[in-house]
Amino acid sequence: MRILIRSIGELCITAGLVVLLFVAYELWGTGAYTQAEQNKLGDELTRSWNAGAGAGKVTTERVRLGHGLALIRIPRLGKSFHYVIVEGVSVADLRKGPGHYPGTAMPGQVGNFVVSGHRTTYLAPFNKLGELRAGDKILIDTRASQYVYEVTSTKVVRPSDISVAAPVPEHPKANPTKRLITLTTCNPKYSAAQRLIIFGRLVSSKPRVKEASS
Amino acid sequence: MYAWIWRHLPGDRLQRTGLVLAALVVVGVLLWYFVFPWVEPKLQFDHGTVGGGASAPASPGP
Repeated sequence: MRILIRSIGELCITAGLVVLLFVAYELWGTGAYTQAEQNKLGDELTRSWNAGAGAGKVTTERVRLGHGLALIRIPRLGKSFHYVIVEGVSVADLRKGPGHYPGTAMPGQVGNFVVSGHRTTYLAPFNKLGELRAGDKILIDTRASQYVYEVTSTKVVRPSDISVAAPVPEHPKANPTKRLITLTTCNPKYSAAQRLIIFGRLVSSKPRVKEASS
Repeated sequence: MYAWIWRHLPGDRLQRTGLVLAALVVVGVLLWYFVFPWVEPKLQFDHGTVGGGASAPASPGP
């Protein structure tokens, strides 16, 4: 009897250690998958961008779900902040990197270009989004152009508040006239109770030189 | 349980310690590279979308 009780106790401690190891995996181990996917998507994107205008029309309008769409860079978050945006926001898509809501505007278009990303786990691309202030630049590179967006405001909303992803954020019925960007991620960190929303607007765009994509 | 395993390991104290450490590493690697990647997509702690994007059907992983 004593051996039985002791064994149960030992198993409980073991289970606790396994769960702790899983927490470590969740926070740091999942990044390895995202990094591998990002490298793959980055190569794929560079290849298709370099394929030239004559070889099939591979524009942002024809991206398949789960494939790379554009590059995002945010200078405020450091030189290494550099991710491929994936088309789609399913669980599988967001494991690969920040995802673009299908159906919302494409980069540079009139309307709202909405991108969601993990705040923690899976390389945590949007981990430091809370540090952004009005006026910070968000750079979006597509095959044809580089778009420079500027942060206008940040907000914390409920997860069900879909109006932030409307063509005119928070005015779901309004007709869009501006070119906007919205980033969404979890808030607070390590929780999914709320969403942190970053609003921005397009301030400039310039055509990309083809060589610049390599 | 662990005391029983310890008693039944071959060799002297040093060898047993080595065996235990090796077993721990093997278990850890199995969990980290095989069990956890399999379990993880079935759980969802952190999904940054609004309006129930989390319920979107997950396409089969690559």
